Amino acid sequence: MNLRRVVVTGLGALTPIGNTVPEFWNGLSNGVSGAAPITRFDASLFKTQFACEVKNLEVEQFIDRKEARKMDLFTQMGLIAADEAIKDAGLDLEKINLHRAGVIMGSGIGGLRSFQDEVTDFARGDGTPRFNPFFIPKMIADICAGFISIKYGFRGPNFVTVSACASATNAIIDAFNYIRLNKADIFITGGTEATITEAGVGGFNALKALSQRNDSPTTASRPFDKDRDGFVLGEGAGCLILEDYEHAKARGAKIYAELVGGGMTADAYHITAPHPEGEGASNVMKHALEDAEMQPEDIDYVNVHGTSTPLGDISEVKAIQKVFGEHAYNINISSTKSMTGHLLGAAGAIEAIASILAIKNSLIPPTINHFTDDEEFDPRLNLTFNKAQKREIRAALSNTFGFGGHNASIIFKKITG
Amino acid sequence: MSEIAQKVKAIIVDKLGVEESEVTPEASFTNDLGADSLDTVELIMEFEKEFNLSIPDDQAEQIGTVGQAISYLEANVK
Repeated sequence: MNLRRVVVTGLGALTPIGNTVPEFWNGLSNGVSGAAPITRFDASLFKTQFACEVKNLEVEQFIDRKEARKMDLFTQMGLIAADEAIKDAGLDLEKINLHRAGVIMGSGIGGLRSFQDEVTDFARGDGTPRFNPFFIPKMIADICAGFISIKYGFRGPNFVTVSACASATNAIIDAFNYIRLNKADIFITGGTEATITEAGVGGFNALKALSQRNDSPTTASRPFDKDRDGFVLGEGAGCLILEDYEHAKARGAKIYAELVGGGMTADAYHITAPHPEGEGASNVMKHALEDAEMQPEDIDYVNVHGTSTPLGDISEVKAIQKVFGEHAYNINISSTKSMTGHLLGAAGAIEAIASILAIKNSLIPPTINHFTDDEEFDPRLNLTFNKAQKREIRAALSNTFGFGGHNASIIFKKITG
Repeated sequence: MSEIAQKVKAIIVDKLGVEESEVTPEASFTNDLGADSLDTVELIMEFEKEFNLSIPDDQAEQIGTVGQAISYLEANVK
């Protein structure tokens, strides 16, 4: 069976360092940190009091107030990113076959704010069960995909993928496969997440997963630095329009890049700790390369999961060295989480966008906040510290790993003929 | 206008996102004010919260207009 080619024809991003794709890229190429003290709730009693929030978001510019009220923030963010992607793709909804157009969004958690607020209300009451009828539809993780399909009339496959911090990459791989297999022509895919709430920060603090560098939020996310002390919680959404290559060509769409491969594996090791030798991580990169029918030498850039946790960064770099061998010294490696923080289920989406824009602009976004070398990392590796680096990129690989031991990697390639 | 009627109108304006001038006694939640079945359930719940009473389902089903809501509440709020 011949697999169809899949290309990226539209992008949308709502991130802690920029509320549109051009602003996001501007932030990435200039090494801007999105971290600041938490404003979404009073965090004064929390071990971590900062996060990477989306700033200056005026939801009602995009979504009617009456509708917005029925949505959790994660859904609102996903809709806003989808809107930018649809417009960017120049899609004429009158002309495409909407039955062959789908939506697959990733979310690690879903409507945590809605869940927390409604349950808190009930717990504070006298036991009378007065639950809002919008409670469940606001909270469930799939609802953003549902709202997007209602807005644009996309009637093809429609669901959410949930694999913690790999969710969006899993969404993209699923959409990729449905197009390759000729089950659909076009997808809105990516991820959205909004968990900067008491429950989100408190929960991750209890896991000792978050940086507690409260005196310096903007330098807290420091992947590969000796003094890294955990990830910085982020929020936001990213959307990609994936399209059958012939379909895109026929409508004269602009093409950002080609999606050429995806890999998915499990560590089968521990619920939150990464496999110490990065076994699942190396296997997933190998699978993505095999799927793309590429050799390690064909890759110029790896956008790492690199969350700035003490263990995760080490096992991922071990995995890269295992897969790429000597070529590991030729590639650029960078963690854009040093700037955006960790968007959990949306991370794979904005990092896919970062990888695509890196290819398009021949520029590697940096790993900011490097102060002190860690002897755990081979100094011959180019971890793209502190400043963006110019480079022709033939292909870029993006990694995401999630609690539960889920690993997912995708490869984008510069478009050729 | 009674205090109850004023509060009812304010809740409807807030939850359904409509203009106050549209909220006439004859206005039907679903036919005139753009509510779907979930919006209607939410309105009843908001009335229960605001006026601290419980509206049984069979009676809630009889409340379809602004006027019906006001009459019911005026008769039942202590």
